[in-house]
Amino acid sequence: MNFITVFRKEMLEQWRTFRFLIVVAVFAAFGLASPLLAKFTPEMLKSLPGVPTELLSAFPAPTVTDAITQYVKNMSQFGILLALLMTMGVVVQEKERGTAAFFLTRPVSRETFLLAKFASMTVTFIASLSIAAIGCWYYTYVLFEPLAWGPFLALNGLMLIIFLVYMALSLLGSTLAHSQGIAVGLAFLALIVIGGIGSLPSIGDYFPGRLFSWGVTLMMGGNDTAWPAFGVSLGIIAAALIIACIVFRRQEV
Amino acid sequence: MSSVHIENLKKHYGAVHALDGLNMDVASGTVFGFLGPNGAGKTTTLRILTGLAHPTSGKAQVSGLDVLRDGHKLARHIGHLPEEPAFYPWMTPLEFLDYLGRLYGFSAAERGSRTRELLALVRMEDVSKRRIGGFSRGMRQRLGVAAALIHHPEVLFLDEPASALDPVGRKEVLDLIENLRGQCTVVMSTHILADVERVCDVVGIIAKGKMLVQSPREELLERYAVPAFEVEADDHVALSRWAEDLRRISWVTAVTSQNGTLRITVKDVQTAKHDLLTQAVGAGLVLNRYEEIRPSLEDVFLQLVGAESVA
Repeated sequence: MNFITVFRKEMLEQWRTFRFLIVVAVFAAFGLASPLLAKFTPEMLKSLPGVPTELLSAFPAPTVTDAITQYVKNMSQFGILLALLMTMGVVVQEKERGTAAFFLTRPVSRETFLLAKFASMTVTFIASLSIAAIGCWYYTYVLFEPLAWGPFLALNGLMLIIFLVYMALSLLGSTLAHSQGIAVGLAFLALIVIGGIGSLPSIGDYFPGRLFSWGVTLMMGGNDTAWPAFGVSLGIIAAALIIACIVFRRQEV
Repeated sequence: MSSVHIENLKKHYGAVHALDGLNMDVASGTVFGFLGPNGAGKTTTLRILTGLAHPTSGKAQVSGLDVLRDGHKLARHIGHLPEEPAFYPWMTPLEFLDYLGRLYGFSAAERGSRTRELLALVRMEDVSKRRIGGFSRGMRQRLGVAAALIHHPEVLFLDEPASALDPVGRKEVLDLIENLRGQCTVVMSTHILADVERVCDVVGIIAKGKMLVQSPREELLERYAVPAFEVEADDHVALSRWAEDLRRISWVTAVTSQNGTLRITVKDVQTAKHDLLTQAVGAGLVLNRYEEIRPSLEDVFLQLVGAESVA
């Protein structure tokens, strides 16, 4: 019911409140900076006075692998952080401000209200990640060698899935919470739980974080897969959104 | 036909009984004043009727729709103005009303004409392209009224629509409500008695989650009328002498005097109307004022709510 209308409003809101631009700018910066950092970090170290020559000689010549590793490292940190920060307030803020109550007496179902927010954030992240990926690809091409498009697209697709996991969990936290403080707490709890369990040796293979290493393996030409982690990630996204919709439908606004 | 029908509605928040068996019936086309002290359950009732809160038990219908079962259909029949309407600060009134028009499925032409019409109604044409974020409380309230009316609702719920406004803003909002008479059913919650007295046809007084009385305004005033008259004269000595004479008359129940004014409470209003003036002239009084006391809604409210507080 009215999904497109509410979705358009959400996109316009992200544009007017500069949220879209912030996400694009951060992603673009790290996308462009990753190959640059990989290439020039050893040279910057060389230019520093007082660095022992033994240490400098220990640095191998930068390769395309370094560029990709740097890209994944930056995206895994800042992408996840942005996914949490940009989503944690979207529902609870509207509940606190009263806009949710004002609009939910209109022909807008509660599911539409939530899912339009998630869809608009997804579009923002797809756009931002695309810009970051193009930037990273171009500088890697200029500074090292061209990257294979297929594996690179797969790497970015897998990273997007991870961001969506955190966005869905953060949206659920925002729906459950009655204050912004609690929403922040729930979002970071999700980060700690998913990240913590994901780092355990055996269970970690089934958690979203495993998708990063799958993406890197693909870039390196390996055949290793992580379909269980992929399935679990999609399951977490679906479960978080369904629970958020059920909770919000019953919630008094 | 009833636009709003509530039967034995209860809403409990833990041990707090916000609504405790509320019954209410609002006939179509009336302006209903929902009156009660703070915390009486007015906002809770409106939140249930608009689908924002769920009752603990009981029945609530709006335009023949059950608010729990048919909640998804309700939105097209009702308009709602919360006590503090909230907007997206980055939108302009024009964009905001256009957005609402889209939600109700209006065509571009319908949205354009309805938006212009409503902005004119709430006198906001000159600020229609300004960001709402910078608006005063009165401007937000007026925009809230426009938003509530965009789809020509059958029933309009207004929660304290004028309580936080300055006298000019209050007059404007009350004029708007008055102009809606006959166009839709208005349920207006407030604790400002003067507002109800000015615009409402029917009054319901609520306290502690229960409806104490519901009646057409004039009937209510008649029912709780105090059978009394006030007489004012400059000659205080003659007035005191006349007061003594009055106390001996069988249809007079009490006479009180204060600053040259006698308040005479009577058993039989018709006899008093017939005889009182003759008696005053006979006592040689030159009167400044002679008045049958009409009870105000405030008298009725205090009488009812006061009695409920004691109980």
